[in-house]
Amino acid sequence: MIAEAGHIALILAFVVALLQGTIPLIGAQMNHGRAMALAERAALAQASLLLVSFALLTTVFLRSDFSVLLAAQHSHTMKPLLYKISGVWANHEGSMLLWVVILGVYGAMVPLFGKSLPLSLKARALAVQGLLGAGFIGFVLFTSNPFERLDPIPLDGMGLNPLLQDPGLAIHPPLLYIGYVGFSLAFSFAVAALIEGRVDAVWARWLRPWVLLAWSFLTLGITIGSVWAYYELGWGGWWMWDPVENVSFMPWLAGTALLHSILSLQQRHSLANWTVLLAISTFSLSMIGTFVVRSGVLVSVHAFAVDPARGVVILALLLFYTGAALALYAVRANTLQRRAQLNLVSREGGLVVNNLVLVIATATVFLGTFYPLFVEATTGEKISVGPPYFDVVFAPMMIALIAVMAIAPMLKWREDSLARYRSVLIKVAAFSAVVAVLTYFLGKSVLGALSFGFAAWLTAGTIASVHRRTGFTWSRLRAQPAGTWGFVLAHLSVAIFTVGVTAMSIGAKDDVARLAQGDSLDVAGYTFTLRGTEQGARDNFQYLAGTVDVTKEGRQVASLVTQRRYYPVREMFTSEAGFKLSPGAMLFAAIGEGGNDEGVIIRAYYQPGVLWIWIGALLMSLAGFISMADQRLRLPKRDQVSPIVAVPAE
Amino acid sequence: MRPFAFVLLLPLLMFGESSAFAQLDPAPSETSITISPENEARARALGRTLRCVVCQNQSIEESDAELAADMRTLVREALSSGSTEAEVTALMRDRYGDYVLLKPPVQGNTLVLWFAPLIAIFLGLVWFISLKRKRQSVPVEALSDEERERLEALRQS
Repeated sequence: MIAEAGHIALILAFVVALLQGTIPLIGAQMNHGRAMALAERAALAQASLLLVSFALLTTVFLRSDFSVLLAAQHSHTMKPLLYKISGVWANHEGSMLLWVVILGVYGAMVPLFGKSLPLSLKARALAVQGLLGAGFIGFVLFTSNPFERLDPIPLDGMGLNPLLQDPGLAIHPPLLYIGYVGFSLAFSFAVAALIEGRVDAVWARWLRPWVLLAWSFLTLGITIGSVWAYYELGWGGWWMWDPVENVSFMPWLAGTALLHSILSLQQRHSLANWTVLLAISTFSLSMIGTFVVRSGVLVSVHAFAVDPARGVVILALLLFYTGAALALYAVRANTLQRRAQLNLVSREGGLVVNNLVLVIATATVFLGTFYPLFVEATTGEKISVGPPYFDVVFAPMMIALIAVMAIAPMLKWREDSLARYRSVLIKVAAFSAVVAVLTYFLGKSVLGALSFGFAAWLTAGTIASVHRRTGFTWSRLRAQPAGTWGFVLAHLSVAIFTVGVTAMSIGAKDDVARLAQGDSLDVAGYTFTLRGTEQGARDNFQYLAGTVDVTKEGRQVASLVTQRRYYPVREMFTSEAGFKLSPGAMLFAAIGEGGNDEGVIIRAYYQPGVLWIWIGALLMSLAGFISMADQRLRLPKRDQVSPIVAVPAE
Repeated sequence: MRPFAFVLLLPLLMFGESSAFAQLDPAPSETSITISPENEARARALGRTLRCVVCQNQSIEESDAELAADMRTLVREALSSGSTEAEVTALMRDRYGDYVLLKPPVQGNTLVLWFAPLIAIFLGLVWFISLKRKRQSVPVEALSDEERERLEALRQS
């Protein structure tokens, strides 16, 4: 019964989404108040129905009701509670349901938080959100129904893919989806703005917190995915330029561009046209991020739920939404108001450079990810595009970005001159040069010196721009809006991130060998000695554990316990690395196969700076949340909207 | 893990032994030949740029697959016998095709891949710098006629 109720709720949500996607749209064209007002109620109803449906599916998993196919395939009575819950979305059907639930909930945020938005804008945006909902709920219902029954009922479920039985991965998909799907509001409002032929500061001011929210969650989700891959897959890598990682990185890059361009729209009413295009692109890339993984177009280690049969439907939906929005953009973009004045040296100018680099970076990742497919489809030749390509192409772009990032926030809006900043810039440059030279003498690496120099440049530049705004007086520091602190933290965390990445890519050492008890490996001055191995069983897996003692110059530094697990239900192996975290470097050991007699394979890693990569990324995410608190992003009550920002485009 | 290894494992599983771990995968970087530490370091650096051609996005240094082990051995043998990195790369490319190179060579079918980002940056730069030129030639935008009329109307009301 529970499953049927969930199914019915989903069908109702589909119907509501269809209504939400059509009636308010027509109502807005005909200026019919009640038809427009329907949008808000429909959005709330759709979200509620979806939540009910999701809650019921979760109940099915919690009760281990294996008469439901999905639970039978992905759950097991013996599974810990956390993984019974995360099992709901650790599969294709459930994760698609989660995706549409989040889409519906974002839709409901419009009536809840957008009370003072113009009625027609709200109706149109919600209609677009409804159309998105209808398409994807339809996809879930007709091709990936999570409530399908199974007969006969099996005695027990098949269990969850053991790779996914990890707290990090339990929360990774929801975070990522809250990020991806959050950009749907940007998409819907962009399409609505195109229909209305008008984008203004109210639009930007309303949208920016949602873009920030989505971006922060996406950052968090990607970071947690990276941490998970690091210790669970035992490769000792934090980013592999794997196609699936790339498709999650593209909306992040585009989203980063979007949250900067929307700032310019909000403050200066410039880049309106461009912001709308970015909003459409970012969500389109998010859809690609979610669905290309599922479609089987890209094969990767991460793609755990691939079904090419559904791929066609997915690609059709993607093409439809992206194509329709871009077509609308092509027809209507010129109706949006534009302020042509844009100066090279100004805050907007800096934002333009930011956008330029980020968009080219996005396009490059796109190109590198899909190029092998393209070449094979057109010529039949097989080529690979791997990490060495991305490293070469990406690094210069990031350096260009950082170079501008340090200066642009100091500049004034509208018009400025670099000459005014000569003394500050000389100081900042001198500091960076000192850091670079010191790095060179300590690390003997030209690239390292360059990279550390740029990190110093960014840090000093950011601090200088705080000085510029506040003079470091307490009262002015306190008076700064949250947005300032968000920017400061975000830019500083890019510097931290850069330091981590550089240290890791230059200083990391590793070795691997088959070790018998008492044997050791030397890595970067550390000695990794296998003290012993142990076999046993726990919960739903068997394990082979190795204890590796790490010493430096005879002194014990760490004792790492690493496991290789075997999950009989799935007949799969996973590895759990043993690591010692310290601010300077990560010591990391992973056990491979083997036994007491022939020895076990031990991979040993010394990785400086890796912790700072994630700290940097987490702080970036935090910075997004801080910026959201900015009072300037709150909409005034409807009657206080100043007429200046509400001038219609001619 | 590969299906082949599963087959090997099945007998072990049937006896319920936890010795399931003693399967027969070759160790990563485990090779049958002896090699000097310098050559080993070279081999690893080179190995990271070569794709394990039966794997999904793994270099031969990262992969546990048997073919990757063979490829590692091949690289080490070639380097030990005095080949340069470029020669080994060419050898691997001869044997496995362009697919083996994680860093695609600059050639006819990768021109777009390599040069599109460069061209995009160049065009972006040109466009950005042209902003200033436009600015210099166009004076500060005055009110349009329509706007002036509206301003007048407002003043008089």
